[in-house]
Amino acid sequence: MLVHYPYYVAAWVFLCGLYGIVRSRHLVHTVISLAVLQTSTYVLLLAIGFRKGGSAPIFADISPGVITVDPIVQALMLTDVVVEATVVALLLAMAVKAYEQGGTTRPDDLRFMRG
Amino acid sequence: MSEKRRLLLFLVGAVGVAAVYCAGIRNMPPWGTYRGPYGDVIASLAVFQRHATDTVNAITYDYRGFDTLGEEFILFSAVTGVMLLLRPETKEKRRRATEGENPASFRDSAALSETVQVFTTGVFGFSVLFGIYIGTHGQLTPGGGFQGGVIIAAAPMLLYVAENFEAFHRILSHPLMELMEALGAAAYAVVGLIALAFGAPFLTNVLPLGKTGDVFSSGTIALISALVGVEVAAGFMLVTFEYLREILSRQKNEED
Repeated sequence: MLVHYPYYVAAWVFLCGLYGIVRSRHLVHTVISLAVLQTSTYVLLLAIGFRKGGSAPIFADISPGVITVDPIVQALMLTDVVVEATVVALLLAMAVKAYEQGGTTRPDDLRFMRG
Repeated sequence: MSEKRRLLLFLVGAVGVAAVYCAGIRNMPPWGTYRGPYGDVIASLAVFQRHATDTVNAITYDYRGFDTLGEEFILFSAVTGVMLLLRPETKEKRRRATEGENPASFRDSAALSETVQVFTTGVFGFSVLFGIYIGTHGQLTPGGGFQGGVIIAAAPMLLYVAENFEAFHRILSHPLMELMEALGAAAYAVVGLIALAFGAPFLTNVLPLGKTGDVFSSGTIALISALVGVEVAAGFMLVTFEYLREILSRQKNEED
């Protein structure tokens, strides 16, 4: 169990975020819960690429050939961060609109929306 | 569905997810024993192949450049979405918003303490400079266009904190930001097309690579990183602009 603990941390953060969404009583809270949920992917990605004793994959001050952690998952994480920021911005704008149209910020009260 | 039943449903689901996840994790290699090979291959080759010492950015803007192009368009469409959602819809609101475009019509809150004003004004220039530095050195050290762009976009917010929306509005022109955002996004694709002119596949690094460790090295990596910085800075400024205008026009409506 201990040899895998960052993976369990990732699952824990994921479920915390999901719990937040399920129990949410305010749209802004829902959006922030989604952001928390998404941070679990950072933990998971960085844990997969980590290597004990590995340097950062920046060769500005270390010579090429030094053992480093995996730079690919770090690049993926960068994408993840950007997508999270944009999704949060878009969802918050939707929350503003939902409040304007329905006069409510409770996710449960959005039933007036029909396709 | 009542809250209790929903919570029960969540708990059943969460226990199920946790069980399957734990069963999957059990046979993973222990944490801290990365086995590669792709990360190691790129880490050992990027410096020689691309003359970029930050391999993470060599991957983001070169090896995975096509994905990052898509990522940039995600950012672009999200900013467009925010602008679309927060636009004034009715005639009345549009009239108010046009009035709102005249910054003098906003009644800003009382001036902040002088300490805050002096401090934020002092930090303003520093953060713009720091953003440019981070944005242009992505190929050498941690940083790059995304990070630098966000730092630059945060600077006008400081001006709003120190002064008011009028000051924020004075240094940011909405049409100019829109133009910069669009050009930043389009220029990325154009850089990719340059490679086609040389007979190489889309987004190939065809520019001279320069001397490893120089600011002007690594060919298209530095160029694309800077272009992304322009787009991200303009995009985030537009988003903060829209949200600020939304908040302030709402305050104004409540006052009227």
